[in-house]
Amino acid sequence: MATTTPAPPRRRPRPVSSGRLTTASGIGLGVSMLWLSLIVLLPIASIVVVALQTGFGPFWESVTDAEALDTIKLSVGAAVLVTVINAVLGTLVAWVLVRDEFWGKRIVEVIIDIPFALPTIVAGLVLISLYGPQSPFGANLVGTRRGIFVALLFVTLPFVVRSVQPVLMEMESDVEEAAASLGASNLTTFRRIVLPTIAPAILAGSALAFARALGEFGSVILISANLIGKTEVSSAYMLKLIEQNDTTGAASVATLLLVVAVIVLVLLDSLQRLAARRD
Amino acid sequence: MNLLRGRGRTTAVLALLTASTIGLSACGSNTGTASSSGGGGGDDKTIDIVGFSVIKSAYDDLGEAFAKTPAGEGVTFKSSYGASGAQARAVVAGQAADLVAFSLEPDMTKVVEAGTVDAAWKDAGDTDGINSSSVVVIAVRKGNPKGIKGWADIAEPGVGIVTADPGTSGAAKWNLLGAYAQALGTDKDEAAAETYLKSFIGNVVSWNDSGRNATDTFLKGTGDVLISYENEAIAARAAGEELDYIVPDSTLLIENPGAVTKDAPEATSQFLEYIRSTEGQQILAKDGYRPIIDGVTPTDVEGANDPAAPFPTVKTLTTIADLGGWDEVDAKFFGDDGIVTKLRK
Repeated sequence: MATTTPAPPRRRPRPVSSGRLTTASGIGLGVSMLWLSLIVLLPIASIVVVALQTGFGPFWESVTDAEALDTIKLSVGAAVLVTVINAVLGTLVAWVLVRDEFWGKRIVEVIIDIPFALPTIVAGLVLISLYGPQSPFGANLVGTRRGIFVALLFVTLPFVVRSVQPVLMEMESDVEEAAASLGASNLTTFRRIVLPTIAPAILAGSALAFARALGEFGSVILISANLIGKTEVSSAYMLKLIEQNDTTGAASVATLLLVVAVIVLVLLDSLQRLAARRD
Repeated sequence: MNLLRGRGRTTAVLALLTASTIGLSACGSNTGTASSSGGGGGDDKTIDIVGFSVIKSAYDDLGEAFAKTPAGEGVTFKSSYGASGAQARAVVAGQAADLVAFSLEPDMTKVVEAGTVDAAWKDAGDTDGINSSSVVVIAVRKGNPKGIKGWADIAEPGVGIVTADPGTSGAAKWNLLGAYAQALGTDKDEAAAETYLKSFIGNVVSWNDSGRNATDTFLKGTGDVLISYENEAIAARAAGEELDYIVPDSTLLIENPGAVTKDAPEATSQFLEYIRSTEGQQILAKDGYRPIIDGVTPTDVEGANDPAAPFPTVKTLTTIADLGGWDEVDAKFFGDDGIVTKLRK
């Protein structure tokens, strides 16, 4: 009688890359890189080039302008706040959608994607109808920062929900049941079992939501009322600079926002890796 | 990727930078609703119109009517309409255009500086390069619940003003200048005009990126008055929107320039002439634009306060020329140290 059970079959390790690509992968990589360069890298590079074409002085002047700083603080602040709320509530919505059966669930599934599909200016009109002077709830948010916040929450809602949902669906509930049967409280189960698994998805969705909120224009522009120093967001400010033929100024502010976005995205990505490793 | 290593490196980087710069300058070209490829002079019978958004329906009618005249026989149109400033940038970036129509002169200046339109564009015809005109009006809620009669009333405390933002919408400059111009009065009191403008700006509850969005914001309940253009107020009422408008005793004349580009086909000049003819102005008047020439008697203008006599005479009508011309006005009001710029901070 064997005393040792054979080790469970391990997944076959992936072939170690020899550094050489097959022709097919080579073409694939080439096409992807070319496509990425044309669609993403070139435009980004050109923004930075335009921002710095007249030297660092004008760039610095543009980004340290009091009005520019106000808009950047507002846009970044609102984006961060919206991201945090999305991370929490988006996860909750995904959780409810995956684990609970209720009447009208299919409808909710469709509704969640509407902010994605709606042209942003239409979203702006809808929001001003709901949270403007004719609001059925009596909440007039036109010309307030709360209005901007609501608009950003609206357009970024789907990101976390749609990132977390598939991961939750794949997670088998017997792990949770096992934890519960071993005496873990709901909170402990969530903290020790569920959260580590879905954390990377939450962070990935948050990153998307943050990026979207940072550059949002259409849905915000109507409800914000664009009051200088109070509710003027960066995207509106940049449009203003472009209208005034100050392309360099607009590109400078865009570059600064780009830097902020990259920092936040890298931060979220590192957190995501960290979370994935812990799992 | 060996592209950026070795001998090809400098060339590659240069190519990349050049391509990026071109890429950015072309960014503005997709803002129109339609665009066409190829140069302006390619086809003798097709006219590429690049115009500002609100003029669309009037120009569609003008094109249709022109095609029925001997000069317009066989002429077809490719049109693109959008925000005036964006349209000007698109033309500068290379969008094909035979006839350009903007809401204000500074946008024309952009295409003149780019070499697309001849610097002497104002000399064509007798209208100083103007295709259509209107006046700045005050739109109020239906029935005028606040009893607003003119400019003085809207600068009172407690009145909410909605306007397009002169920062993002060039056309909105007409609104602010209208407010300023009437306050100048007959004695040209600049200090009084600035004081008025200060109260006016203090009352603005919503600055919108475009005139269209300002109207939407107003119709959705924000503010008590909307600063608008007579033609837009007429068009909104004709479309069944719930608003009234007041043509003040003293206001600003809005002049929308139009011009033929350098390589436009011959038919374009004839079309431009047609727009400025009695017949053409009659068509524009139907859409709420004040005729730019004498001898046009517009009637049945749907949406006007009095459709039979749609354009009441304004006692004191200030023009941009009265204020010193666009070059001066732009810097004086909307530049970095401009009056409006400072008052808004």
